[in-house]
Amino acid sequence: MNTIVENVTCTFCGCLCDDIIVEVEDSRIVRVRRVCANGRGIFVDYDPTPRRPTVAGREVDWEEAIVEAAMILDRADSPLIYGLSSTALEAQRKAVELADRLGAVIDTTSSVCHGPTGLAMQAVGEPSCTLGEVRNRADLLLFWGCNPAASHLRHFSRYSIMSKGTLTPNGRRDRTVFVIDVRPTASAKVADHFLQLKPDSDFEVLTSLRAMIKGEKIEIEKVGGVPTARLRDLAERMKNCRYGVVFMGMGLTMSRARDHNVRELFNLVGELNQFARFSVIPMRGHGNVAGADQVLTWQSGYPFAVSFARGYPQYGPGEFSAVDMLARREADAALILASDPVAHFPGAASEQLKQIPTIILDPMTNLTTQGAQVVFPTACYGVDAAGTSYRMDNVAIRLRPALPAGRPTDEEVLNQIIEAVKQC
Amino acid sequence: MSEDFILITGRTREQADGLHKGKDSEAYREATALVEMCPEDMARLAIEDGQIVRLRTASDQVEVPVRTGALPAGMLFIPMGPVANLLIDTETAGTGMPAFKGLTVKMELT
Amino acid sequence: MLGILNGNVYDPLNKINAQEQDIWIRQGRIVAPEAVDRERAKIIDAAGLVVMPGGVDIHSHIVGAKVNAGRKFRPEDHRHNVRERTDLTRSGSGYTVPTTNLLGYRYAEMGYTTVMEAATAPLVARHTHEELEDTPILDKGVFITMGNNHFIMKCIRNGKLEQARDYVAWLLGASKGYAIKIVNPGGVENWKWGRNVTELDDEVIGFGTNPREIVTTLAWINEELNLPHVPHVHGINLGRSFSARTTMETIAGLEGRAAHFCHLQFFSYGKQKGKLHRSAAAELARAVNENSNVTVDVGQIIFGEATTMTSDGPLQHRLHRETGNKWLNEDIENETGGGIVPVLFKRNNPINAVMWRTGLELFLLIDDPWQVFLTTDHPNGGPFFCYPHVIKLLMDRDFRAQAFERIHRRGRKNALLPELAREYSLYEIAIITRAGPARALGLKNKGHLGLGADADITIYANLEDKEEMFARPKFVIKDGVVVARDGRIVCERPGRTLYVAPPYDPKIEEEIRAHFQESYTISFDNYAISPDHLAFGEMVPCE
Repeated sequence: MNTIVENVTCTFCGCLCDDIIVEVEDSRIVRVRRVCANGRGIFVDYDPTPRRPTVAGREVDWEEAIVEAAMILDRADSPLIYGLSSTALEAQRKAVELADRLGAVIDTTSSVCHGPTGLAMQAVGEPSCTLGEVRNRADLLLFWGCNPAASHLRHFSRYSIMSKGTLTPNGRRDRTVFVIDVRPTASAKVADHFLQLKPDSDFEVLTSLRAMIKGEKIEIEKVGGVPTARLRDLAERMKNCRYGVVFMGMGLTMSRARDHNVRELFNLVGELNQFARFSVIPMRGHGNVAGADQVLTWQSGYPFAVSFARGYPQYGPGEFSAVDMLARREADAALILASDPVAHFPGAASEQLKQIPTIILDPMTNLTTQGAQVVFPTACYGVDAAGTSYRMDNVAIRLRPALPAGRPTDEEVLNQIIEAVKQC
Repeated sequence: MSEDFILITGRTREQADGLHKGKDSEAYREATALVEMCPEDMARLAIEDGQIVRLRTASDQVEVPVRTGALPAGMLFIPMGPVANLLIDTETAGTGMPAFKGLTVKMELT
Repeated sequence: MLGILNGNVYDPLNKINAQEQDIWIRQGRIVAPEAVDRERAKIIDAAGLVVMPGGVDIHSHIVGAKVNAGRKFRPEDHRHNVRERTDLTRSGSGYTVPTTNLLGYRYAEMGYTTVMEAATAPLVARHTHEELEDTPILDKGVFITMGNNHFIMKCIRNGKLEQARDYVAWLLGASKGYAIKIVNPGGVENWKWGRNVTELDDEVIGFGTNPREIVTTLAWINEELNLPHVPHVHGINLGRSFSARTTMETIAGLEGRAAHFCHLQFFSYGKQKGKLHRSAAAELARAVNENSNVTVDVGQIIFGEATTMTSDGPLQHRLHRETGNKWLNEDIENETGGGIVPVLFKRNNPINAVMWRTGLELFLLIDDPWQVFLTTDHPNGGPFFCYPHVIKLLMDRDFRAQAFERIHRRGRKNALLPELAREYSLYEIAIITRAGPARALGLKNKGHLGLGADADITIYANLEDKEEMFARPKFVIKDGVVVARDGRIVCERPGRTLYVAPPYDPKIEEEIRAHFQESYTISFDNYAISPDHLAFGEMVPCE
């Protein structure tokens, strides 16, 4: 007998689409509608079958794995807790509690994603809005250094370019779209205007735009490879729109100037508000990396790269961020929660992870689970576990599981580890 | 022969498809072990689609097949993943963020 | 079971003024002596000590999307203000925007047991409740911002007030809120067009209504739904020189309906020659004295760091432009907006000097302490743990006079404050920090020590220095459990989240569902917070 579950939330990316329809037969998902190709991979073929944890590759009882994990963490002088971005708030909260108790360093995937965005926000602020303001009001959209056509596949239709809202009844026709990038991406194809920048020139282009909106003259013919006349045109449009929104991504955070790029963009958006209403929304990559920022902030004061080693929270991007900790060999054990750093970290950092005892909590095997000392196969929030995740615009959305829980959740496992650590 | 290129790493749909099949799957390996180059550079260097080239940075080197991509001249693109990451340094300039985009790589024909 | 014996009790709701009384507690409530097995009860000898109900903060920005954005964006606020973890307590950081655990501890250590989160947009209420779950010890409630809500404004325009009423009832239940909050009605919507409102009859762009109609409609709805609190109003023109005038007009516009005006100090300015606003506290105080349907909290500023954070989007932008300080803005679809700007209040800044004076003048000129409550609009005026400092300013006129002498001389010019010799008594302090707020909030079991009350009790040493006295209570008891001693937490436990869920005609849900389809980005079915999502939720009836 088939059950249909509606209003399911997909947790693949920061879009957190909550209109997914899942059809279940004999405790398996047989059909998923409205989901994009990226999200489909989360639901289809999901196997909720209970699996046992492993220690050194050997299957063991949960109890034994918990004790082993607790011992690794308790013995470590400088444990690192990392990841968090693909699990629910309930588990993230526990990870922070564990870090506090251990005096560990805790970092999230933000440090290799929108960490620089956080640094910029801390320096100059961030004028922002929820996605519904984009749907309803935005008549000018900029996609700067991001490629939703590859990474956030329903973004254009559900929230931005195509969406129809109260002041945008004609959807696409009510909007002007700019894509700004170093190469013509699939997103560039749907833009009205594509500005191709030379690599590492975002900062100069942003500075020029800031100058232009203030009425300053730029004498040179091109900035960042873009004719100044085109930038002037963009500046005028920005000053005269009804409501403008910039979506920004890794093109700004991962290139050489990193947080300086984002700071310049945030300054520009802030200053635009003297002329027209303008907001910026970072394209958060993972489904709940925004939640990781939130809970780590409300419990420690800081969004990523936090050390509890002194008994109180300290903030240290570049010092307590995971890549730096690993590169300098300052972590002697790691607990990886819902993330795959071996796949996503620079080679030397991944190598170092393989040299220290690691504990992994994840519904799937991945490159990090392969070398791990302890692996806990957990449930997948949003598929067979309920929880809360935060969308890219920081709206918290409840996850509605279509399947009953097959395996313990990350929250349950972390709770048991915390209790076991107390006994050590 | 060795030529400097600017390397960008990032998402692709195939890379996402591959990771759903499993990071130890053939699909993922194929999706993340390749480099895109623009047709003009390929023609100039007489590189054919699928030909293996070596890319080298101070961190490491990799050998990957070339595919045509929509890129400006002088730029290479590798999908994010373990192959691309061999070329990325751990230096984060005090931010926590390595330089995943815009780094200079040396390309050599094998 | 617990007995607090021989204490000097101040319980204004029960008209107890410095009487020696024993208090008996069983299962978290205050009970008659007969109900307790005195042999087995733990006893606190409170001889010579002052016993009051636990403090009740009627307005503070403590949790949720806006507050957390404030924490994230101000690491400089946290670095030098840290607390180490102990076996009992979590570590924490923050001065004006403390982390959740630390905030719970500091309020409790200061003798407060109930705090109301002053403003949450319903779309992000889930986040608020999640932070509340990580805020230990205190009982809390959440005010839900409605003064720029599209559904409500459409109902007003179409004359469908009953629909607006049903929607508000649904909304409070869906967001697990406690009260109707109104912030710059119409102005925040206009800010999404780059504008604002300055008069009660200014048009809200695209909705054909105005601030006056929004306030009177929500006041009517509040009465219809029998909500325990009254509409909680942050009016138009905060900080402007015409704020006193429009605030008095807003009070008059209520036509006798009850309302609470929050952080009134920020709305109590008038014009004078030159650029400096003058304090219009005397006029506002008179308006409050003449309108018994109105309660207020002051929003006293404290010299030092503050973080301004309100749902008043245009105000926050203006503050950013005036101070040059970094600025966060958050427009929230269909509902409201907001912003955050750090500020530093200085004694030698004439504007800040006038603001400081204005707050104190309000306290001293409003006759009835049951109408005026102590807040700093934390963290807008200053951190909540400065309340003891404000208490000393109110109780000790010499201390107040010395403080007055230190402010900028232009802020002292033509000041009324030095002429105001009034000193608050302990009884009156008990009213403005617990009894009054509890009554205004409709919290029947809080703010007093009568039979059946929640056993939330604070015991102070009777010190000469009132700031010291109120900063470090000797005992703080929550639900009959001693949670703090001598200003330090001795027991961490969760507190409750109080909410209302008034009934409504279910037909409204069809209308709301259509509204979601047209304009939201979240499914109607995923919006409401279910009761079992609150780990320690308690519904307060609407009667």
